[in-house]
Amino acid sequence: MSEIIEVDARRLFCPLPVIRLQNCIKQQQPGARVRIVSTDPGSMNDIPTWCRINGHQVLASEEQDREFIFLVQKATMEVSHGG
Amino acid sequence: MTRKAVALISGGLDSLLAARLIQQQGIQVEGINFFTGFCVEGHTHAIRNHDRKRVKRNNALWVAEQLGIKLHIIDIVDEYKNVVINPRHGYGANLNPCLDCKIFMVRKAHEWLRENDFDFIITGEVIGQRPKSQRKRCMPVISQESGAEDLLLRPLCAQNLPATLPENEGWVDRAGLRDFGGRSRKPQMALAREFGFEDYAQPAGGCCFLTDKTYSVKLQDLWDNRGSREYELDDIMLLKVGRHIRPSKDFKLIIAREEGETNFLSGYRHQFQTIKTVSHGGPIALIEGVTLDAEQLELACAITARFSQGRDADSVELRFSDPEQASRSIHVKPLAANQIERDWIIA
Ligand code: SF4
Repeated sequence: MSEIIEVDARRLFCPLPVIRLQNCIKQQQPGARVRIVSTDPGSMNDIPTWCRINGHQVLASEEQDREFIFLVQKATMEVSHGG
Repeated sequence: MTRKAVALISGGLDSLLAARLIQQQGIQVEGINFFTGFCVEGHTHAIRNHDRKRVKRNNALWVAEQLGIKLHIIDIVDEYKNVVINPRHGYGANLNPCLDCKIFMVRKAHEWLRENDFDFIITGEVIGQRPKSQRKRCMPVISQESGAEDLLLRPLCAQNLPATLPENEGWVDRAGLRDFGGRSRKPQMALAREFGFEDYAQPAGGCCFLTDKTYSVKLQDLWDNRGSREYELDDIMLLKVGRHIRPSKDFKLIIAREEGETNFLSGYRHQFQTIKTVSHGGPIALIEGVTLDAEQLELACAITARFSQGRDADSVELRFSDPEQASRSIHVKPLAANQIERDWIIA
């Protein structure tokens, strides 16, 4: 398994954690895994929503000491939304 | 060949409807959303404690999910400063540079379109919806000054405007677009019902804090007292939080109003001098400005103590912390309510 890329989005507020994740994922190969840590409770909704609409997968998520941690896997195929 | 449109998604109903109208015509749509730092989204909901239990969604993401489209969120905080500081077309009722803002966003969308090989741009603009930027004469100004020209289509009011390239080329059928205008929201609500959209966001003012009067007063105060209109993201974030009190030109206090704000402001204690009541329950206050002399510091403490549970005590102990020095304790008598002068209170 390839290494997990870390994104620290602590102390940032919506939508910055999502922007950080988005910009990191853009640089990665399909299937790459990214772990993001955020302190914004809004991330609990926003990160899974952003992943769903862009076809990435949330492999795991947990809340620990007011931190929200997500392990995300980049889509292996380009999602296409026909419209 | 499927044509592709990039939609400016604010998170409100209008951009949702505009994008759906275009999707209905077999166009592939992707969304773009700009983060200026002034967005109403997220921040305050996340900061204010009582909202913690009811976590707010990000409306732009919600809209994208309803539409089943990708959403690209773009951080424009730095570039946007020039829009706020020097709007060519001036401000609206508050410090909202709406016309320049729209021109800027459409210009960015146009750049994105070229980089990503899309065919045209759509927005949820409606003529006459809001004063200033959505007047009929502003529509061509936005198209021209952004450089998007006839690649900019406003599906909700297209029938009231000259035909654009996507219409002329037959990529979209003008008959399927709308002729909305004026301040009434009824046509939008009817269309939302027709499309089966419920639970959409209905922002009262504009899409950002710059349309908010008290926010604008705080921003103007910041500019006036700095003698410069430059700002950083932290500056404009802090204007969203707490009570802002300026007892002198030299400094202002940002005093948390509840626990969520205390947590948020505590995150800045490595950047700012802070005061916290220790003998009684009370908020944290950030000091923004010059290094205070002893008299100013005592005043700052007496004001902060006024907002603590020790407000009626004869003496309150506070801890003054400076990122560069050891913290120390200060005892003061809290100011009485009538000693806080009205013109100290910025908001
Ligand atoms: S309300 Fe704010 S975000 Fe919306 S157009 Fe005006 S300045 Fe831009």
